Amino acid sequence: MSETLTAWQLIASGDATLFAIVGLSLAVSLTAVVVAGIVGLPLGAILALTRFPGRAAMVVVLNGFMGLPPVVVGLSVYLLLSRSGPLGELGLLFTPTAMVTAQALLVLPIIAALTRHTVEDLWLEYREELSAMGVGWASRVATLLWDSRFSLVTVLLAGFGRAAAEVGTVMIVGGNIDGFTRTMTTTIALETSRGNLALAIGLGIILILLILLVNATAWGVRVWAVERAG
Amino acid sequence: MRAPASNLPLVFDDVSLSAGATTILDRICLTIGLGAPTLVLGPNGAGKTSLLRLCMGLLNPTRGVVSWGGRIGGGPERRAILFQKPVMLRRSVAANIAYGLAHAGCPRGLRAQRTEELLDSVGLSALASRPARRLSGGEQQRLALARALARQPEILLLDEPTASLDPAATRFVEEIILATAHSGTKIIMASHDLGQVRRLAGDVVFLVHGRLFEHADASDFFDRPATPQAAAFIRGDLVL
Repeated sequence: MSETLTAWQLIASGDATLFAIVGLSLAVSLTAVVVAGIVGLPLGAILALTRFPGRAAMVVVLNGFMGLPPVVVGLSVYLLLSRSGPLGELGLLFTPTAMVTAQALLVLPIIAALTRHTVEDLWLEYREELSAMGVGWASRVATLLWDSRFSLVTVLLAGFGRAAAEVGTVMIVGGNIDGFTRTMTTTIALETSRGNLALAIGLGIILILLILLVNATAWGVRVWAVERAG
Repeated sequence: MRAPASNLPLVFDDVSLSAGATTILDRICLTIGLGAPTLVLGPNGAGKTSLLRLCMGLLNPTRGVVSWGGRIGGGPERRAILFQKPVMLRRSVAANIAYGLAHAGCPRGLRAQRTEELLDSVGLSALASRPARRLSGGEQQRLALARALARQPEILLLDEPTASLDPAATRFVEEIILATAHSGTKIIMASHDLGQVRRLAGDVVFLVHGRLFEHADASDFFDRPATPQAAAFIRGDLVL
């Protein structure tokens, strides 16, 4: 009980260590979602609009990769970035950049697969009208992404939720270095095993509040969108 | 906006359309020229919508050839279609028009002014900033009509544009259609409403079950129908 109290005190006092960890976690996960979104949104839309041999297999793989085990993604990126790996020269292992890369890879299939699903539904509705208006291929992608913008916000938030909550990839490629690559989830894992429960609980509370905030935002966006765009 | 003679007549030369084992249009031979609106008439399932989609180039015939002014394939750049249930883009009323203008090649600098003119012409100026999907059925049809007119079409294809509208909204849409026809746009319009066909048609194309039964001047069609099916349809009997 006393640990929980101390945890709240840490939060209330604005403990510098605690908030540095929260800040880094948010920065890493938000950047990862932005990167994954820049690639995943168009990728999903293109996959929704095009028909080519092997497309079905690609859709299945993408859907399957939504459930990629974070430790496996972490391991792959570790092998890529380790000294003897193909990108070892860059010296990125155990840096926030490595964490962003790994989380972006983890979240990319989620964003691309959900975008494909959303855009494909809308494409069925828009197809003839856009063809009749002579809308070119690139414009179709842009139009469908824009017109599903409210659903896609939810998609991005789902990606953020996944990135912010995972431990495996950031632990492996970040190394959980104090003051440099320590995130909320890795700190919770470490401090729990060390018996420093107050900090772990404090971070746990903040993490849950953040996830709730993300979901409340997603909900709010939906309601607002329905009211505004019908 | 007058249609250059080069794109008309529109000729269907022995055109059939099938989907799997189902024949939707069966060996249609038809010539549509310049002039007053051509109304495509027939009971539900006659193939009216498919005929319009062939005209728009959204479908290709399974056999036979559709040609424009003697040229096969392609079709006029400036043609537009108003679907029975038009899609409202998830944006404002004005943005729907601006989108149509942009894809019709209207220069950016002219779009705002053209949008205003088009909204005014269909009586939607007051609703310009409203989300399009929030409009009533009649308002959506008018918006879709304005968006089609944004292409400054030589050929305007209309698929039962007033099917779900009340009489006042129907009259408003019909007035816009007639004004568009007077300005030189060739109208080809599907309808199963005899009163509407009498009000608008220069000539009538009568389809039943994908087959062309008659193509005649409107007055001839109503006064002297050449087939028992057309006579029955005009009397209001069920055509099976």
